[in-house]
Amino acid sequence: MIAIIDYDAGNLASVERALKSLGADCAISRDAEFIASAERIILPGVGRAGSGMASLRRLGLDKVLADSVAQMKPFLGICFGTQIIFDYSEEDLTDCLGLMLGKVVRFPLDHKDADGEPLKVPHMGWNGMSLKRTHPVFAGLPPEAEFYFVHSYYLQPADESEIVGTTDYGFDFCSAVAQGSLVAVQFHPEKSGRPGLRILENFISWDGKETGDAV
Amino acid sequence: MLSKRIIPCLDVRDGKLTKGIKFKGNVDIGDPVEMAEFYYQEGADELVFYDITASHEARDIMLEVVRKVAERIFMPFSVGGGLRNVEDMRAVLLAGAEKISVNSAAVKNPEIISQGAEAFGSQCVVLGMDVLKVPVTKDIPSGYEMVIHGGRKHMGIDALWWAREAERLGAGEICLNSIDADGTQEGYEMTLTELISANVSIPVIASGGAGVPDHLADVLTGGKADAALIASMTHYGNYTVAEIKEHLAGRGIKVRNYW
Repeated sequence: MIAIIDYDAGNLASVERALKSLGADCAISRDAEFIASAERIILPGVGRAGSGMASLRRLGLDKVLADSVAQMKPFLGICFGTQIIFDYSEEDLTDCLGLMLGKVVRFPLDHKDADGEPLKVPHMGWNGMSLKRTHPVFAGLPPEAEFYFVHSYYLQPADESEIVGTTDYGFDFCSAVAQGSLVAVQFHPEKSGRPGLRILENFISWDGKETGDAV
Repeated sequence: MLSKRIIPCLDVRDGKLTKGIKFKGNVDIGDPVEMAEFYYQEGADELVFYDITASHEARDIMLEVVRKVAERIFMPFSVGGGLRNVEDMRAVLLAGAEKISVNSAAVKNPEIISQGAEAFGSQCVVLGMDVLKVPVTKDIPSGYEMVIHGGRKHMGIDALWWAREAERLGAGEICLNSIDADGTQEGYEMTLTELISANVSIPVIASGGAGVPDHLADVLTGGKADAALIASMTHYGNYTVAEIKEHLAGRGIKVRNYW
């Protein structure tokens, strides 16, 4: 059973629908006991750091999630759910779950590309990812695969060896990370067509132990 | 590098697909769920559903369409038309849409934008703008005016002012439709699109007037649009999305080419 964590962070049903289309056994839940008993955890989400963390704490789920990671349960973060895995987010100046070391910062207000053309924030739409290492959850993706992103903040992991993939938006930012049984992506695999479904499919069958090699 | 998005727009009435030409003479051309799946397989980057029925019974039919679409395609799509309050928005988002689009309701009651952004996040809230070119006046300094009811009612609101105001209120994206260009197939309204896109920091989807792939290429470069809406170009089989993308790539525009 895969638990999709419900903490009032929107659009959980699309994650559930994508998993069900792959035949996965999953349920949306905010029940600490149920989540503790699940084999896998997905922390999805669309939201703000301040209110998202407040919800998780109020529901007592911050500890359950930390325990799951300590038990080496396969754990997937998606978009906003990925951002709050880190120590700290500049958004609402929020202390987050601290399951990975690093912080989350905003794209610059006057963000520009290499030619000096202004770039819109949020970074919204389809963009590629260049893999920095192999990882079972990211197996089988063609280099030209693109993913659907919607975000104004991006990840800065403290340990660069945890970066699985980077994406170019004015500069290369970290779009996927992995550490032990935890993997997390900045984009929405449930909204990213076949390549996104492939990542979810890989995650469903991943043991949480095999973690690939540096490229 | 971010890809420019190609977004087919599907007009739905009573749960069936139509295509409006200048908002008049709509004719049924098929099942929206099948068409959505077809475009998903064909490489469209996103879809827009516009519900042109407004009665309450039809609202439930549309929600059923949204649910079925969400089960079959795994990419973003937005739904607009007749959404009047946060509860209407919530129903559409829970049915599986990624975004909701508000148009005339927002012109009449701008707070619906901030309420939607507050409840669901800015990324969910698309502002649809129907714009008509008018003489420059003190009230309409940009020469582009907001209109509703398919252009029949002038609102006395400057389009550039409204775009900025909507961004301030929390709109996450703008779908900018030129009533002058809509249905002409002679190209997007370039001046309007560039004016709005250069003056907001949120993405702008150009809408109205696409007839050939070069029109998309023009508006995605000179018009500074982040995405382009299409309808009749592909609905009637004149072009495929893949053909359009190949053409754009040939003109040096970054598009998603694997799906």
